[in-house]
Amino acid sequence: MHELSVVMSIVDIALEQAAKKDAVIIDEIELDIGCLSTIEMNAFEFAWKQGVKRTILERAVKKVNRIKGKGHCSDCDHTFELENLYDACPFCGGYLIGITAGKELRVKSLVVS
Amino acid sequence: MCATCGCDTGATITMHEHGHQHDHSDHHLHEHSHKKVVDVEQDILHENNLLAERNRGYFDAKNILALNLVSSPGSGKTSLLEKTLTDLKGDLNFAVIEGDQQTTNDADRIHATGTKVVQINTGKGCHLDAHMVLHAVQGMKPVQDSVLFIENVGNLVCPAMFDLGEKERVVIISVTEGDDKPLKYPDMFHSSTLCIINKTDLLPYVPFDIEKVKANAKKINPALEIIELSCTSGEGLTTWYNWLKLKAVAAMPA
Repeated sequence: MHELSVVMSIVDIALEQAAKKDAVIIDEIELDIGCLSTIEMNAFEFAWKQGVKRTILERAVKKVNRIKGKGHCSDCDHTFELENLYDACPFCGGYLIGITAGKELRVKSLVVS
Repeated sequence: MCATCGCDTGATITMHEHGHQHDHSDHHLHEHSHKKVVDVEQDILHENNLLAERNRGYFDAKNILALNLVSSPGSGKTSLLEKTLTDLKGDLNFAVIEGDQQTTNDADRIHATGTKVVQINTGKGCHLDAHMVLHAVQGMKPVQDSVLFIENVGNLVCPAMFDLGEKERVVIISVTEGDDKPLKYPDMFHSSTLCIINKTDLLPYVPFDIEKVKANAKKINPALEIIELSCTSGEGLTTWYNWLKLKAVAAMPA
């Protein structure tokens, strides 16, 4: 359940940012969560409900951008969509793959008032 | 975060407000002048990563080789440590941080070898994070030119996400587990630098294909080093000790 730690980090970041704007409520929060980021979304949703309770994030509309995994093959120089960390390069079958997208875990923006 | 360790990252956050001339297709704010869009663009693990770098800087400055040992429960992490600490007592200085949800059982076992040890109980937590390690290190004060083993909570999922400031991450798998484990828990194998396959003395009794597990691990991480060993028979331990000494020498320039 590292998702709860992740949610608590999001809450910390959001509250800190809101305080800097003297905001009393967070209306919206936008997150980037990559598909290769080890976040299980069901666990995340469960943790979210608990984590935002009695904070100014409690009623915020949450928008999650799921960013697809992308790999770059060091052998054949192709870039492609990567669904699993153990997938081979679809062009040459190699495994020397650098991940170029999909690991994101980011608070992108807030709407506060 | 606690007030004593300076975790507040207020100074490093980049943030700016958008002016009203910007197009916010997702936010219909223009009619609500009291609402503000805050561009945060902050990594959720930023706080942990900052503390991990802080730990790393401390280890580097003191020539401490910090190793993060990760595995599922029961792979033999503590037994491997006991054996290593006993066998290499005269060669290297050691310190150990033990991570478990409850009890000081593991720390007691390490303490019995005569090694400096600190136990972290995570309570309900499923992993160690850089903040816990920071405080453990502050308490134990590991000596210069030493090897610090950080035995993480037995869990192949959550600890993968949290950098502790270690130099190397060592994933341990035992032959009583499935040989498809790297595929089931790819993140841990992806983020580790060394994989130890433990309990090889049991190979004749279990349907564990060691070549298959190695191939699976290499699919995820082609650069992963692999050492097969058994703490019971002693087979392969020399390879592990040599790896450790090599890394220790690299961390401790003369």
